[in-house]
Amino acid sequence: MKSSEIKREQQVEQTPEIPSDATTETTPTMPRRQFLTGLIRKATAATVFLGSGGLWKSLFAQETNKYNPEDHDYAMAIDIDKCIGCGRCVDACKKENEVPQDAMHFRTWVERYVIPSEGETLVDSPNGGMDGFPEIDEDVDILRTFFVPKLCNHCANPPCVQVCPVGATFVSPDGVVLVDEDYCVGCRYCIQACPYGARYLHPEKHVAEKCTLCYHRITKGLVPACVEVCPTKARIFGEVGKKASPLRRFLRFKDISVLKPWLNTEPKVFYGGADGEVT
Amino acid sequence: MEQMLLNISSTLPDVSGYVFPNEYVLQWELLIVVYPYLTGLVAGAFILASLERVFKVSVLRPIYRLSLLTALSFMLIAPLPLLAHLGHPERSIEMFLTPHSSSAMAMFGFIYAWYLMVVLLLEIWFDYRKDFIIWAQEASGLKRLMYRVLALGTKDISKGAIDFDEKAGKFITILGIPSAFLLHGYVGFIFGSIKANPWWSSVLMPIVFLFSAIVSGIALVLLIYMISTMFRWKKMNMACVNKLAEFLFYAIIVDFSLELLDFIHRLYESEESIDILSEMISSRLFMSLIVSQIIIGTLVPAVALAFGRFGGFYSEMRRMLFFVAAILVQVGIFSTRWNVVIGGQLFSKSMRGLTVYKVEVFGMEGLLMTILFLVVPFVLLYFMIKIMPPWMDEGLEDIKLDKSNGVTSPPTTA
Repeated sequence: MKSSEIKREQQVEQTPEIPSDATTETTPTMPRRQFLTGLIRKATAATVFLGSGGLWKSLFAQETNKYNPEDHDYAMAIDIDKCIGCGRCVDACKKENEVPQDAMHFRTWVERYVIPSEGETLVDSPNGGMDGFPEIDEDVDILRTFFVPKLCNHCANPPCVQVCPVGATFVSPDGVVLVDEDYCVGCRYCIQACPYGARYLHPEKHVAEKCTLCYHRITKGLVPACVEVCPTKARIFGEVGKKASPLRRFLRFKDISVLKPWLNTEPKVFYGGADGEVT
Repeated sequence: MEQMLLNISSTLPDVSGYVFPNEYVLQWELLIVVYPYLTGLVAGAFILASLERVFKVSVLRPIYRLSLLTALSFMLIAPLPLLAHLGHPERSIEMFLTPHSSSAMAMFGFIYAWYLMVVLLLEIWFDYRKDFIIWAQEASGLKRLMYRVLALGTKDISKGAIDFDEKAGKFITILGIPSAFLLHGYVGFIFGSIKANPWWSSVLMPIVFLFSAIVSGIALVLLIYMISTMFRWKKMNMACVNKLAEFLFYAIIVDFSLELLDFIHRLYESEESIDILSEMISSRLFMSLIVSQIIIGTLVPAVALAFGRFGGFYSEMRRMLFFVAAILVQVGIFSTRWNVVIGGQLFSKSMRGLTVYKVEVFGMEGLLMTILFLVVPFVLLYFMIKIMPPWMDEGLEDIKLDKSNGVTSPPTTA
């Protein structure tokens, strides 16, 4: 316990002594008016003091509600049918997490799949989809097309964590794969091991970086920046194990798939309505 | 919008197809090509030395100590490209202090330390101890002090002591063979165990690395032996050179067969990655894989060695063939390392596109730095040879210089 907290408790314990002080001052020789005035003053002071004690107590109560990572199991779902490829999520992520503002570093990006009636599927993601997508050539006879937001899959069995030589990247108790930037040696083995291309080496910090599900936000009860700004609610953030979570509902009613399931990474980014073409 | 997209694409490498945005730039560059190349030379040179010591191939005696010193000089430099490539080299000590037990890379420090301290240094010390004592007696001043320090203060050269050196040396060599396998097999495992990368992910990777290491190590010692003998004006021990060439030939055959097996296996299984890998081989890797590694670095030297060894040529011609073959083998093995390390990053894990890699000249991961890391081991070896001459040319005559006809070298039979 911190020293300031000990003092606070001592103050709370001292409060019962106040009435005893008040008793000693009530001598028989004191005029009634003076007695009453004094009594009111002391009572007010005691009330304030006790009240303030109550305030401390409420502060202590907040301390007991401190964030406990063990109580959470975060995951994300992507509703392919709702994504319009506006790229607001990419922009929000870059701003929120100070991702380098170039076309080669992304914590999240949006891909566009164009499946023509004949021939190979075309995929593009100009500037990570941050500025939208160029028009599709009118000559192409499109069978179907859709957008796929990508991010770190926060695998339950993450190959990046397995290969890190110093343990700088790890799975947090609330199920988020994180990197300790003060510990990362910058060997880039994790970047090689990630099957989803979700990691990059920060060009100035020289450490591996990736999506943290906006860990600084979610631990305060907020949603990740990309989820916050999505105009169509194509990104659903929540907890796998909680029945009240919107994620749970999504997982229940949608056809769900994960990326590259054969690699046994057990991703925790779930895609609803994703095409088999998506890799 | 179009202008903006044009601006973006002009700053990006010349990719084809769809590449994940974080994969435009390669993470492991030229220095990581050099690292397995150097450790391969170490492992190969050591295994060559053990042929003489453990497997009693006595004809290789002239190159026994030379192989050990070669292994040591390359071993001392091998971790430097790794260190130079790290984003935070100052934190590299954490790999020793807080190694992550599930990481193949975290084991590097321990395998390296084991191999350097327990295997190489100890074996060389036991082998040279008697010589250090004798050289200390013969020399004076600082040189005497240096040899005394190298002998670690020991002075006993009685028969019992020398016999013990011999036994200890042999024991360490026996221990050293699996260690050398471990050293380079482990490097192969670093790549082979990455399931995300179909170009790397292969159970054969450590084995292929090992045999290519043996190939490169034998070829390097052969080259160093030929060049050093020439500069020392000594007659080359053709029996030894022939044997080296023979072993080199066999190693190339095994190595090439393994790589061919890997290739056929991939082609036959034809997994989802086959299209993008085929495209990569026929475009980005055509020169370095088909031309440099397979044709120039494997087939041509194999034919040259076969002709040289079994073709019944004069020794002059043989030496020429072996020398050229050994150089081409080095080119081939360096290309092998390039094709593994760089090739594994040229295709996107989206399996839909290829990126490009352009070698920088300057900078930490540039060409000049690479050349430096490749030259420094030879400089180190030169000084080691000066301090601890490894020559064992008993019974070999010096080349006599005939002023009228230049250098003459009597024909030697194998």
